Amino acid sequence: MQIELLQRGEHMMTVCNACRYCEQYCPVFPAMEERRTFGKADLLYLANLCHNCGECLYACQYAPPHEFGIDLPRQLAELRIASYEEYCWPASLGGAFRQQGLAAGTALAAVLSAVMLASAWLFNPGALWRPNPGGDFYSVVPHGVMVGLFGGVSLFVLSSLVIGISRFWREAHHEPAVSLTAAGLARGLRDGLTLRHLHSSGVPCTTGEDVRSPWRRWFHHGTFYGFLLCFASTSVAAVYDALGWSAPYAYTSLPVILGTAGGIGLLIGPAGLMVQRRRRDPALTDPAQNGLDESFLLLLFLTSLSGLLLLVLRDLTAMGILLIVHLGIVMALFVTLPYGKFVHGLYRLAALIKYNLTTRG
Amino acid sequence: MPLTNRLYDVVVIGGGNAGLCAALTAREAGASVVVLECAPRHFRGGNSRHTRNFRSAHASATETLTDSYHEEEFLSDLLRVTGSTDEGLARLVIRGSAECPAWMRRQGVRFQSSLRGTLHLGRTNAFFLGGGKALMNSYYAAAERLGIDVAYDAEVTGLDIAGDGFRAARVEIGGESHDAQGRAVVLAAGGFESNIEWLREAWGDAADNFIIRGTPYNKGRVLRLMLDAGAESVGDPRACHAIAVDARAPKFDGGIVTRLDCVSLGIVVNKHAVRFYDEGEDFWPKRYAIWGGLIARQPDQIAYSIIDAKAVGRFMPSVFPPIAAGSIRELAAALQLPAETLQATVDTFNHAVRPGSFDHAVLDSCSTEGLVPEKTNWAQRIDTPPFWGYPLKPGITFTYLGLKVNERARVIMAGGAPSGNIYAAGEIMAGNILRKGYIAGVGMTIGTVIGRIAGAEAARHAN
Repeated sequence: MQIELLQRGEHMMTVCNACRYCEQYCPVFPAMEERRTFGKADLLYLANLCHNCGECLYACQYAPPHEFGIDLPRQLAELRIASYEEYCWPASLGGAFRQQGLAAGTALAAVLSAVMLASAWLFNPGALWRPNPGGDFYSVVPHGVMVGLFGGVSLFVLSSLVIGISRFWREAHHEPAVSLTAAGLARGLRDGLTLRHLHSSGVPCTTGEDVRSPWRRWFHHGTFYGFLLCFASTSVAAVYDALGWSAPYAYTSLPVILGTAGGIGLLIGPAGLMVQRRRRDPALTDPAQNGLDESFLLLLFLTSLSGLLLLVLRDLTAMGILLIVHLGIVMALFVTLPYGKFVHGLYRLAALIKYNLTTRG
Repeated sequence: MPLTNRLYDVVVIGGGNAGLCAALTAREAGASVVVLECAPRHFRGGNSRHTRNFRSAHASATETLTDSYHEEEFLSDLLRVTGSTDEGLARLVIRGSAECPAWMRRQGVRFQSSLRGTLHLGRTNAFFLGGGKALMNSYYAAAERLGIDVAYDAEVTGLDIAGDGFRAARVEIGGESHDAQGRAVVLAAGGFESNIEWLREAWGDAADNFIIRGTPYNKGRVLRLMLDAGAESVGDPRACHAIAVDARAPKFDGGIVTRLDCVSLGIVVNKHAVRFYDEGEDFWPKRYAIWGGLIARQPDQIAYSIIDAKAVGRFMPSVFPPIAAGSIRELAAALQLPAETLQATVDTFNHAVRPGSFDHAVLDSCSTEGLVPEKTNWAQRIDTPPFWGYPLKPGITFTYLGLKVNERARVIMAGGAPSGNIYAAGEIMAGNILRKGYIAGVGMTIGTVIGRIAGAEAARHAN
């Protein structure tokens, strides 16, 4: 990690901790006030408590061009991406966080789709163009291949996420050690799932100087709960599959209802967030993370779009190709989960739980 | 900027708390208003940018204030520090302060909840959520909504006053001269604390060693223009709100983070390594308000707070690191103080410390015996390394010399007659109420209450 980044972080927190005017904005400040020194672990923990609104910047008497140059939202954003790299497993893939972008995301989805198309064509050339009156996905990609491919990648993705988050949890260790309590866990989950710190003073936080809007929060809810519903849809389908009840499922079946509702959230949410972030005050963001944010939003959007199209068009001849493109996009989203914006949710949640166990515990 | 060729009902000079309260109130009353703010947009708001709270009388607990704080108690708190005051004006401010929070909320101002907040001022002072810059952002946003014109980088260099009446202010904006004409004017341009030349007239060369905690834009130009035009002044040119700040603070605009409050936990010596005042005299608010003046009267306007390991973690962290050493002699070397004398001062002090039970939360009577000056509370031996030193300088918050006003915020001209259409609010007239000392948040109270009176009166005059 860059020493310069940590030094800037320490300077910033030293100024903030001597001022404390922002102490009722969000958890960053009460957590800061418990500390007198700001080492790497402290900074990375505080950075993940920050929800990147603009309240503290616009309220700051020391914001640039003041000589102290305090821009907490941006500097904590810089530390946040550094935390993803720091705790990433395998560490050699940490560089991926800065390599992403709309083009890279599209390219990855395209390459994975192409590889899968090529495999399908090689192993089962007839299936791609066959009319599919029942929408039978497994006639295109055999059941075993689908389960093996996604099962294997899932295991890897899950291990990587678990290792990263446990590294973060251990390093942001609190003295004296705290034990996980049900109440602390529940409060942390509530804070994360409701995004209450984006409107904790009773009105929505700022997205620009004197600009207050609830939309960033609502679009995030659309994205997150859309993702969750899609995940639930896939999980229910996996259970059905294990019980021997194979896809495709009827429009009135649970996987399709969950997937459709989630898919709509996952169209509106990421599109809205994309518009929001492009309209945001650049002072609040770390330009190095534009690609990270946008590639994740793009892959979520494309996953949903291709999935919904597949649902509507599954009886057509084009289903085969569409299915493989959808799987390619999902695979691209999937393999980038531990090395993309997705991890912010896990780190945020872990930080909020820690906050509720320590500062508010 | 549509300044020239336009006659405003009310011209407000100064875009801090008092100026915006005046502008908003005048606009609410239907007046057309322009605010002339000397600073660029980013540094708008004068010293209000650096404030945090507002002292407010109240009959019972509110969302932001606990318990009650009545007029008489507020007045006695004020008199305890300032000695004398214009009691009529002071009572007007105190009474008016009770209704301010509701008005401020209507302008979009948000307050901290009363449950938390530092400084044990939750009963008497309402804290702005995010501090004074957030407050000023709310006021400027309200001004924009209401259609108040605001000119930034607008330096007033002349006042056109015929007889006792204001006609126009000469304004320099981006190298161009404009005349801001008005039927009435509210002067809310602050004190003269960032005008070092003027401070030198009052303090001599000592002024060169002062740190100015707030805006570099309070040069006192408008105050000077008015005094030259024959307005009556109030207050002593030396009187000001000054505290002890870290000597490494920036010359201007260091704000709150440069203050240091470890004075009571150790000893304070001057550049000759000699103590000069009872460090344990009183609690934070009073201590805070007197140490700036005490250091201003020491040679080279510098002092050093010396503490040991026992004090670490007992005071608000400072933005600058302590200068640390393993022994008093090493500390003296690091602080460039005479080592023999500092060692002797510490030894003598340690020898004079009487046994007691240290409690920083009360006047604990842990004191010295036989010292000049004594330390009357929180006296503990300085004997546990590491030893820490902080260099201290006087940090001027704002000056009290100002324009005399009456209870309608009208400026009193030579001979004692109130001006026809010239009003003043904020630091530029705070000396009517504050003669010396300071109680937290009262500057904002004066600015808000008198600002609103000035705005209402100016609007009434214009119509």
